[in-house]
Amino acid sequence: MNILSPSTIQQATRLLNEHDGAIVMAGATDLLVNWPSNLNAHERTYLDISSISELAFHSFSENELVLGALCTYWDIIDDPCAMQHTKLLVDAARTVGAVQIQTRGTWAGNIANASPAADGVAALMALDAQVTLTSATGSQTIPLDTFYLDYKKTRCSHDQLITDIRVPLVRPEFASFVKVGARCAQAITKVGVAIAQTDANWRIVVNSMAPVVKRCAAIEHLLNSQTPVHSPRDFAQAIEADLAPVDDIRSTASYRKAVLARVLYHELAPCCPWFSKNGISKNGINQ
Amino acid sequence: MSTNTCTNPITISLTLNSKPLSIAVDPAERLLDTLRYQLGLTGTKEGCAEGECGACTVLIDDQPANACLVLTCQLAGRFVRTIESINVDTLHHMHEQGTTQCGACTPGVVMCAQWINEHQDVLKHQSLRQLMSGNLCRCTGYDGIILGIEKTLNETNPATAHKDPR
Amino acid sequence: MRRREGLAKLTGSEKYIDDLSIPGCLWGMAARSPVPRGIIRQIHFAKDFNWSEFVVVDHRDIPGTNEIFMIQNDQPVLAADRVMHIHEPVVLLAHPDRQACRHAINQISFDIDPLPAALDYRKVPTTEQIQYASDNVFAHLSVTKGDVEQAFKDAPHVIQGIYETGAQEHVYLENQGMAAWFDDQGVLTVQGSMQCPYYVVNALKHALKLDESRVRVIQSPTGGGFGGKEDYPSNLACYAALLALKAQQPVKIIYDREEDLAATTKRHPARLKHRTAVDDQGRLIAQDIEMIIDGGAYVTLSPVVLSRGIIHAAGPYACDHVRIEGKAMLSNSVPFGAFRGFGVPQAAFAMERHMDHIARTLGIDAVEMRRRNLIRDGQSLSTGQVINDGTDRVALMDLALKESGWAGHIKDHAAFNQTHPYLRKGMGLACIYHGSGFTGSGEVHLASKLHVAGLSDGRIEIRSANTEIGQGMLTVFTRIASHRLGLEPEQIVIAEADTSRVPNSGPTVASRTTMVAGKLVENACSDLLDQLGLPVHETGQVVVDAITAWHLDNPGQELVGTAQYRQPPGINWDDKTYKGDAYGTYGWATYIARVQVDLRTCTTTVLDFHAVQEIGTVINNTLATGQIQGGVVQGIGWALMEECCFREGAMINNQLTNYIIPTASDVPGISVSFLENPYEHGAMGAKGLGELPMDGPAPAIANAVADALSQLLIDQPDTIPLTPERIMSLTTPIHA
Repeated sequence: MNILSPSTIQQATRLLNEHDGAIVMAGATDLLVNWPSNLNAHERTYLDISSISELAFHSFSENELVLGALCTYWDIIDDPCAMQHTKLLVDAARTVGAVQIQTRGTWAGNIANASPAADGVAALMALDAQVTLTSATGSQTIPLDTFYLDYKKTRCSHDQLITDIRVPLVRPEFASFVKVGARCAQAITKVGVAIAQTDANWRIVVNSMAPVVKRCAAIEHLLNSQTPVHSPRDFAQAIEADLAPVDDIRSTASYRKAVLARVLYHELAPCCPWFSKNGISKNGINQ
Repeated sequence: MSTNTCTNPITISLTLNSKPLSIAVDPAERLLDTLRYQLGLTGTKEGCAEGECGACTVLIDDQPANACLVLTCQLAGRFVRTIESINVDTLHHMHEQGTTQCGACTPGVVMCAQWINEHQDVLKHQSLRQLMSGNLCRCTGYDGIILGIEKTLNETNPATAHKDPR
Repeated sequence: MRRREGLAKLTGSEKYIDDLSIPGCLWGMAARSPVPRGIIRQIHFAKDFNWSEFVVVDHRDIPGTNEIFMIQNDQPVLAADRVMHIHEPVVLLAHPDRQACRHAINQISFDIDPLPAALDYRKVPTTEQIQYASDNVFAHLSVTKGDVEQAFKDAPHVIQGIYETGAQEHVYLENQGMAAWFDDQGVLTVQGSMQCPYYVVNALKHALKLDESRVRVIQSPTGGGFGGKEDYPSNLACYAALLALKAQQPVKIIYDREEDLAATTKRHPARLKHRTAVDDQGRLIAQDIEMIIDGGAYVTLSPVVLSRGIIHAAGPYACDHVRIEGKAMLSNSVPFGAFRGFGVPQAAFAMERHMDHIARTLGIDAVEMRRRNLIRDGQSLSTGQVINDGTDRVALMDLALKESGWAGHIKDHAAFNQTHPYLRKGMGLACIYHGSGFTGSGEVHLASKLHVAGLSDGRIEIRSANTEIGQGMLTVFTRIASHRLGLEPEQIVIAEADTSRVPNSGPTVASRTTMVAGKLVENACSDLLDQLGLPVHETGQVVVDAITAWHLDNPGQELVGTAQYRQPPGINWDDKTYKGDAYGTYGWATYIARVQVDLRTCTTTVLDFHAVQEIGTVINNTLATGQIQGGVVQGIGWALMEECCFREGAMINNQLTNYIIPTASDVPGISVSFLENPYEHGAMGAKGLGELPMDGPAPAIANAVADALSQLLIDQPDTIPLTPERIMSLTTPIHA
């Protein structure tokens, strides 16, 4: 394996330019899973950015939170400001792995790894985060919700490095992060949804429900238009329009869709006056 | 900047268990393997090699991390602590309360407990059970672990006496 | 008394097999079958690869018999002409560099003509799938009592149910590992993680054609077993030894988690059918039970697992007419093997779900149903064994009900479930029992031996082949000897389980270590006193002085008290008819679970759990409590989340990310209570305890889930694990 260890962003972007296909490594919590037996992974070139001190920060200003590429989940969990201004991120961070992962895993890595199950990405996307991509020739900022093109395909080109993530500090009127996994802690998400509402505008972002973490246009429309909702079933059509989850080793498509509908209904019913509250009959949640 | 472009060993310097250490490692070598097979520090165990079980928990710059998910060459200038750094006198409550049975998860449990003990503020927002969820144990059902750590925490800091709500 | 090796484990200084540095040691690895069944035509070693650095072993390198020595020796050490399951080892490699082994394994490919595989043990095999006898049945066992046919004819109610349980992985935190080397005299030493050193000795003698004098097996501290290191280490020991023989160098094989999950044994999947005749009051008139278990590709321990399963299948209840038929079936999977409970968890799940099913059908309270049927002293179990131990099993159940706050919770839940939009709470109980020690005449056949030596410094040394695997054997044996001889724990040494030094005190399985081998510790202490010419109740300094004096009189000699198992009087078992005293004694328990099901996600949370059991004398409360708590959590995992996903007979979720076991956040504190009724033939009055906590949780939890969801169920929770996906399918059609 080749490893490149720059100590500045400038060096890093130059090396990325020189080494086509080099894989950026920060906390390495995804890259090193089953490392000894993952022989193909040893053949590659890695760009280890973990020593670039100018990337190891996060900062709150009046209008935004900026997460440097080396900012970890734990950095946010541990910051009282984050709890105050971006609780959604804290809630999501706490569901990622366990403490041992939270201290190493980075928000930027979660974005770059492009797993459809990424919890951190869902929360960031719900808060309308922007991603800064830097190459040797300059920087570019793109909305996170346009970052993913397809399964494991992103708008980040081989010579670009995610240098920071910008989260606008527009305090949502309602925000919620729900993760459904196979156990209470340390689980890969089976159904995940991050919800944020600002000025009657809903952002619904799901993970593990599609090839990429994505916003759900039909569900957002259903909410923005204040279409009456009487039961979880009333989300079914929008879910079908937005998402095509799969059966895999961790769950089934039908479970994922049903749970998403139920979670959306129960999360939103208390704060959406146009929902009728009798969606749950004694004879079952989905009748 | 060092740009190693082959699998030649990289020499790095770090602080291990309060002592400076310079070591040549293959860039692909995990911290877990350096500790166990190069340095003979076999207290850190491999349970899963995928960051699930926490048996290889060490402290890097005073934070718990899985040594199976860190390349040693990433640790230049860092402070690493392993189970071998733990003072045996701090373990009597865990000994008493049945924190260890087969012992394979135990060093990881002790290291995570050590971190919690040194940073008791982390218990303000998360329960001890949540904080210990990165350490899988198949023997104790976790009661012996939770009780042993609680007693240890209370001894260190009786003012904020901690009790598992369950 | 604190755990003896506790500080060594807490400080990480305990040396497990992977922690031992062995000079000149090679790493070993296996190349495995990619198909579930087929004829091996050719093995290809990549041409452009330097094989000269590797030691390569196949079946032709086996000096002895190509069989893993077990009940029926049908499992080859290495596949020769055919493969019977995915992951079956065919070729072994060794190299100084472990990573090089991983590369080389990928350079081996197989030309295999596939044959039709049997992949569902519940289905009658087609002619093409027959691979064992005429019907793929490894073992067929039955228990009969009374006249079942007649009893059914006259019965007012006949109630049926089908119950299924899935495979379960042990997930001992220390993966399987073994090292082997030959010394200059040609003596083979094998050291590693294991429960049963003498099983490994027998396997090595058989496969390597060695006399017992040329085989030495040493158990390393073992990071959990749960049955997973009862049978499988024999395989691993043979692999390591064959490589060491060919390499003429030490070889170590340490599985990584993925290989361990994929290639080693698991709990037998099982399906049970119950047909029960009951009267209007719910009294059991007749039980007709069929138990089928999935044996995997080879016989291995399946007949014994089946045996214990069917003996426990009718539950701890009095019933005059019982027929139990058990079958272990072949399937082209990795052989299923020993796992805590050994067939009883499957049987208990079915029986205790069925008790609730009967109660519900007749409109009788689940507790009352059990109260009317629990076996009283003087009544007999299904094998005709009359129970007369003085334990009041109804009082034990009542204690569990009281401790769990059963009546109050039932009331609270009714109100809660009426009003909460999506949470439902419920309670369930299970009355269980577990025979301690080997089944039937097993202990007689084992004829275990154990030594207690008096050392020249006055200390004593216990020499047994029983192993510390986390359960606390070192501490308990120390306590037993210390109690028997009035010595301080420091005056008692426990010899390493090294077969060159310790006699065969039998395997560390079936909760026999404390009860049976512990009793041998007591008896060997008595023999030691006898040899010293001391009265049988002599203790303390007098004993120490006598030992040191003996050594002064007999310099350089060994002072060894010995004991050998003798069956307690009055035990009669017939292996042919399966009638009589299946076990010398039983542990009894009532387990109660309180759960909450979230209807949004169909996720079940165990809110609290009470385990009340009678296990004879409790020798060490912390250790015994820890065993119960750990077992209960393993049982919670089996009941709710642990699912082996098989494709073509192979586990495909072979990572801890995808095979989910409970974390500290997933379980409540486990409340444990003991009733003590000393068993005169167990050490200090102890009986077995380690399996009960695996038997009880699953049915208690499933019963609680059924209670929580009562009106919502369109189908009963009779199959585990009760994953959210499964509960969703039981409650309401998705997209209704």
